[in-house]
Amino acid sequence: MKHTISVLVENRFGVLSRVAGLFSGRGFNIESLTVAETEDAAVSRMTIVTRGEDRIIEQINKQLNKLIDVIKVVDVTAEEHVERELLLVKLNAEEKNRAEILRMVEIFRGKIVDVSAKSYTVEISGGDRKIEAFIEMIRPLGMQEMARSGKIALPRGTGSSISKAKKPKSGG
Amino acid sequence: MKLKGAQIVVESLIAEGVDTIFGFPGGAVLPLYDALYGSKLKHILVRHEQGAAHMADGYARATGRCGVALVTSGPGATNTVTGIATAYMDSIPMVVLTGQVPVGLIGNDAFQEADIVGITRPCTKHSYLVRDVNDLARTIKEAFYIATTGKPGPVLIDLPKDVLNATAEFEYPKTVSLRSYNPTVEGHPAQVKRAFEAMKQAKQPVLYIGGGMILANASAELVKFAQKTVMPVTTTLMAMGAYPSRDELFLGMLGMHGTYAANMAMHECDLMVCLGARFDDRVTGRLDAFAKTCTVIHVDIDPTSISKNVPAHIPVVADLLDVMKKLNALADKDSFDWDDKHRLWLTRLAEWKSIYPLRYEKSETGIIKPQFVVEQAWEAAKGRNPIWTTEVGQAQMWAAQFLQFDGPRTFLSSGGLGTMGYGLPAAIGAQAAFPGRLVVNIAGDGSIQMNIQEMITAVQYGLPVKTVILNNGVLGMVHQWQEMFHGKRYSNSEFAMNPDFVKLAEAYGAVGMRITKVADVRAALDEAYKIDKPVLMDFVVEKEEKVFPMVPAGGTVKEMMLL
Ligand SMILES: Cc1ncc(C[n+]2csc(CCOP(=O)(O)OP(=O)(O)O)c2C)c(N)n1
Ligand SMILES: [Mg+2]
Repeated sequence: MKHTISVLVENRFGVLSRVAGLFSGRGFNIESLTVAETEDAAVSRMTIVTRGEDRIIEQINKQLNKLIDVIKVVDVTAEEHVERELLLVKLNAEEKNRAEILRMVEIFRGKIVDVSAKSYTVEISGGDRKIEAFIEMIRPLGMQEMARSGKIALPRGTGSSISKAKKPKSGG
Repeated sequence: MKLKGAQIVVESLIAEGVDTIFGFPGGAVLPLYDALYGSKLKHILVRHEQGAAHMADGYARATGRCGVALVTSGPGATNTVTGIATAYMDSIPMVVLTGQVPVGLIGNDAFQEADIVGITRPCTKHSYLVRDVNDLARTIKEAFYIATTGKPGPVLIDLPKDVLNATAEFEYPKTVSLRSYNPTVEGHPAQVKRAFEAMKQAKQPVLYIGGGMILANASAELVKFAQKTVMPVTTTLMAMGAYPSRDELFLGMLGMHGTYAANMAMHECDLMVCLGARFDDRVTGRLDAFAKTCTVIHVDIDPTSISKNVPAHIPVVADLLDVMKKLNALADKDSFDWDDKHRLWLTRLAEWKSIYPLRYEKSETGIIKPQFVVEQAWEAAKGRNPIWTTEVGQAQMWAAQFLQFDGPRTFLSSGGLGTMGYGLPAAIGAQAAFPGRLVVNIAGDGSIQMNIQEMITAVQYGLPVKTVILNNGVLGMVHQWQEMFHGKRYSNSEFAMNPDFVKLAEAYGAVGMRITKVADVRAALDEAYKIDKPVLMDFVVEKEEKVFPMVPAGGTVKEMMLL
């Protein structure tokens, strides 16, 4: 089954390679991975979409937690959450296509963000079903290239996951 | 106090209580070697950086303290990788300091630049590249804390040359504050109680002990608990010494080359109590035939070990020392009649032990049997409080089978990675920690050549390690597999030539002995143990000897081959 895992990490040099290396080294699959700063500049959020049996997902969660730079791991699939992905797609904008493209963009509540003599670049955001449905509808019209951002997600409700994460403990 | 980065490193190590480090200099770490000059840290100059890493590891296993290795950038750093991976697989606390090119040159393919943080990422518990001298002391504090707490492991600190030369205000931090690292320590009392109740229900329990018991310094608690509850004990290779070998409840090592009794106990038990082990494939064999009918209790400090290979019915994530103390407290309060409950089971186990003990055929040809050498090495060491190390291969397995142990931290062996070349430097590391004890490396003729250069280190520093080479002229373990599973096609496992080990020892300034007769074995060992210098003993042994019992890789207890 597909899981969306949200990982709060220290915003430090080399963290991405630790996480990516964990997945490749242990043969876990990554469908998408996004990473960027959060409301706290010292913390980044990674959103990883992966697939696997429950046992594997449990290992992924535990292995991520074991990394020293990982502050918190939440498998948001199991919780109330919102998730979005951004799609940019460049379409053949021939005379006969244009009206259909505009209609699709309207139905999917997208935007045309760039226009040239022979192409329209369209922006769509939403859950993966919506994105995939759009791609399917638009493909026959002639697609030049596309880019997907990978999924990002946040838990529903009030508050910040960072402040809810474990407090620093001191030792040594 | 303002100090140079290099001095900060030295002062920080001293503040951590480090007394000995193992290393080898080079351009990038010259400032650090300059700071060492005249400092009170003892530095042991190795002959190959792999040796430094294994020595730090051997020092750590023997003492329980963090080992420290220091090497230069590039080739110095890459030479430590096998040593780091060895420590990582066996969860050994170690800090490895590597030099690095100046910050401004990183990424430039500069002379002797290697991305050692990247190279070792999968085999370190954590690693740092220090870019600012102001972070140096805190980083070292964190590194030691991470290496020694939770599930221990090696931590690497990469030190650019300009950082070592820069100055900063020095004050060694007293505490560490890491919001992202909280090693779980205490066992949940209710969960420990559940485990204890399950033990009371069991008719046929077995305590399956791993290296975690030694790492947690909980062996004494284990002995107390096993004896109170009269539960039989088997240990992994990593846990040899966690339970006294000669105790009645001890079944010996389990797994691929484990005893019949230990493997049968694991197969027939109704309760498997796994304490600080991780169900490695060398222990379980084929997973779908392992632990199918018993309840599994699994205590481990590492949550990723739990239910990774074998699902645990009662998982406890905790430090074993804490859990063992809690279990002992429960057992002390309880008047349960363990003897009565386990009598039948123990009778069966005793039968298995007596019908299928570890054994080998005595020599008829006059050629020395390797197992006999190991037995004698142990006999001769009685009363000398020995520490044993091993190389890897048949010799290692015979050491685990035929040596006997009275306490923890006396058997140092590369289990997880199985690193040939580990034993000699590890012995030197242990001897550096305990100059007065007898330290013996049980080696194969192949493995000993992998870090033989460290003989001179032992001689130079007056570390009188003893090496017992079981010289069968072959890569015995490979040879055994080729005989059994590859139709005796001995591809590249026979040494057409070996060096003259006696002359080699002498060239290093050590003592060399060659023993070819059964009758001379004991006398040679007795003599060697008395010599206050490193000794290399070349025992010429039977080439065709195999390690038994053996459960073939991926097999089940049913396929166990006995002698
Ligand atoms: C560094 C390394 N290379 C290769 C191996 C594979 N290997 C395992 S046991 C063994 C044979 C070891 O031969 P020797 O040291 O003579 O010991 P013996 O088995 O003969 O007792 C080999 C090659 C290994 N474990 N480590
Ligand atoms: Mg050999």
